[in-house]
Amino acid sequence: MGKINIKIEGIPYEVEEGMTILEAAKSCGYQIPSLCTYNHGECSRGSCRVCLVEVKGARGLVASCVYPVNEGMEITISSPKAVAARRASVELLLSNHSMKCQQCDKNEYCELLYVAKATGAREDMFAGEKTPTTIDEITPSIIRDTSKCILCGRCIERCKNAHGQSVLGFEKRGFNTIVGPAENRSLADSPCILCGQCVSVCPTGALMEKSEIDKVDAAMAAGKFVVVQTAPAVRAALGEEFGYKVGTPVTGQMVAALKRLGFSKVYDTNYSADLTIMEEAFELLDRIKNGGVLPMITSCSPGWVNFAEINYGDLLPHLSSCKSPHEMFGAILKSYYCEKNGIDPKDMFVVSVMPCTAKKFEKEREQLQHDGIKDVDAVLTTRELARLIRRSGIEFNKLPEEEFDNDIVGDYSGAGVIFGVTGGVMEAALRTAYHELTGKERDAIIFEEVRGLEGVREAGIDIGGTTVWVAIAHGMKNARVLLDQIRNGESKYHFIEIMGCPGGCIAGGGQPYVKPCFLPNEDADILDTFRAKRASALYSEDERQVVRQSHNNPQMKQLYDEYLGEPNSHKAHELLHTTYKARVPFK
Amino acid sequence: MASISSEARKQILEICDRYVDERTPLMMILSDIQKEYGYIPLEVQEIVSEKTGISVAEIYGVVTFYSFFSLQPKGKYIIGCCLGTACYVKGAQQVVDKFSELLSIQPGQTSEDGLFTLDALRCIGACGIAPAVSINGKVYPKMSVSDVPGIIEEYRKMAG
Repeated sequence: MGKINIKIEGIPYEVEEGMTILEAAKSCGYQIPSLCTYNHGECSRGSCRVCLVEVKGARGLVASCVYPVNEGMEITISSPKAVAARRASVELLLSNHSMKCQQCDKNEYCELLYVAKATGAREDMFAGEKTPTTIDEITPSIIRDTSKCILCGRCIERCKNAHGQSVLGFEKRGFNTIVGPAENRSLADSPCILCGQCVSVCPTGALMEKSEIDKVDAAMAAGKFVVVQTAPAVRAALGEEFGYKVGTPVTGQMVAALKRLGFSKVYDTNYSADLTIMEEAFELLDRIKNGGVLPMITSCSPGWVNFAEINYGDLLPHLSSCKSPHEMFGAILKSYYCEKNGIDPKDMFVVSVMPCTAKKFEKEREQLQHDGIKDVDAVLTTRELARLIRRSGIEFNKLPEEEFDNDIVGDYSGAGVIFGVTGGVMEAALRTAYHELTGKERDAIIFEEVRGLEGVREAGIDIGGTTVWVAIAHGMKNARVLLDQIRNGESKYHFIEIMGCPGGCIAGGGQPYVKPCFLPNEDADILDTFRAKRASALYSEDERQVVRQSHNNPQMKQLYDEYLGEPNSHKAHELLHTTYKARVPFK
Repeated sequence: MASISSEARKQILEICDRYVDERTPLMMILSDIQKEYGYIPLEVQEIVSEKTGISVAEIYGVVTFYSFFSLQPKGKYIIGCCLGTACYVKGAQQVVDKFSELLSIQPGQTSEDGLFTLDALRCIGACGIAPAVSINGKVYPKMSVSDVPGIIEEYRKMAG
């Protein structure tokens, strides 16, 4: 592409041919007010009319997000006509919007509010009828409130990009148009896997996680022994909520904050990630040795498990029977830990801070409770934790770095840390499987061949002369490739890792929003780079660990010696393994 | 999908097969189903989704966008009352209301016995004979409220 000459506000600029006016203006230092945070085609382009500008000779104002620049073009952003038109576009959006901004959990990250401020839009300029509202609060994970929807369609595109088919779509027409699952049903009835990717791109509060902060408050008020655990991915992103650059690990400060929030114990889910590896690696070896169902597929990601149950019910025997790490931790806390410390499991309340909305659903699964006691009682997203911290007046940036609790549980290896990134569970399992099969540690701790962010990856790993074939997919669009191979009897793999969200947990649906308009200090390509940046935060934490293989976590040996016996023992199965059930949507 | 017989399922898959070579087959598939079955319920959309790989949400969006497609079965007799400007000023609203009252259905709905569907239409181009009503293609000119009971009776008799 060549360069062309344009004028903005009468000043000559040279810009790339083929750019839209919005892009060209940005390259010249003008941020035209727009809702185009995701200029990756993740909206129905040109429809919101917020980014109108004046172009000399054009008929009427043009939407700068879709209008290409051409040689000699003269653009005016600040003319009274353009300013008034942009403001009116936003006022029209506001006229059909629930204006309960103060009580909306999205308000700090609401792009509509942002653009309303930027354009000076006023409330109630077009008062009148509003589209009938649907509020779906049925799933434990996501709330859909159409009164806040501006019909941008980003959620639809994100769902499609991540998972191949969108659960959400536009329905009806004109003033009655809404976005929702077919028949405007609840997400609970639809094939939605509750991953929350739609929540992470929604510009307003139309799609939000279902907050469980109140449950935690209630447990604290009731004097319960409230234990909190945090998933590995949380530390890689929480800092973003407090002004840190994307990819800054804030482990020590996060722990310090949690200790100040009144939790009785603050543990790292990595402990039970190690436990998951012990169980899962041995399950895999058992399947290989004894002719079990192969390939075996990981089961840590509740979004993926939902997808399997809804779309690939015939392949459920391929899923590892291992519970996900935080559920394992809950089960160990409410058995081993309670017994050792003389606590009645009924008095214990386990909170998991997760990068995930599907985990909220997972903890409610009937397979993950015993005698009415859930392994995990509440799941907060990374964003909810940030809200909790802000609410308590804690100045995160001024916190000292503190250590996780570590008594009879809580120790962890570097293998547990990397669970949060696509390929991480695979790598952690391979570190332990290698040791188990060869009797020694692999010289190179890192399995470079399973790292990266490509959608589908495969590798043949030599373990003591045997080649173990592994594959990795993240996002269900990619997973379908590997799953269809299994269905067609063409899969050559022994072990497959599948994560629900593209990038894995680091980019989960419960992670801090990555919206360039709220991240003025990040590079312009942050939407393309944030996954890699967060991933490197986890890989660097792995490298800082002395112990980097799950089986070398001293508390694993202790737990098996004192309580579980050996991996996949009867007791381990009772506490740490689960079952799955095929489900049919729209019933 | 329990309510769809395996025979109907086969026929829907056969309709889908007619357009396998099309780049964007959805409208054609839905048009054929609408013409041949009279409506496109969710269960049928699910079969089309399975076959084409287009999500149910997207199919539902198309079905609810175009008024040609229907989610409910239509009645044996489709009463189309024109509510275009000319008909409207000549009292078409009262005619619709009368049909509505006597059949106990709102525009867009079908009577419980499955005989009548009442549709309120935009201009059907018969302004010279306003207000106009069309029933399964037969046009009734210059309708008045007092004509309505007789017409309903006529079709009830016809149906036996």
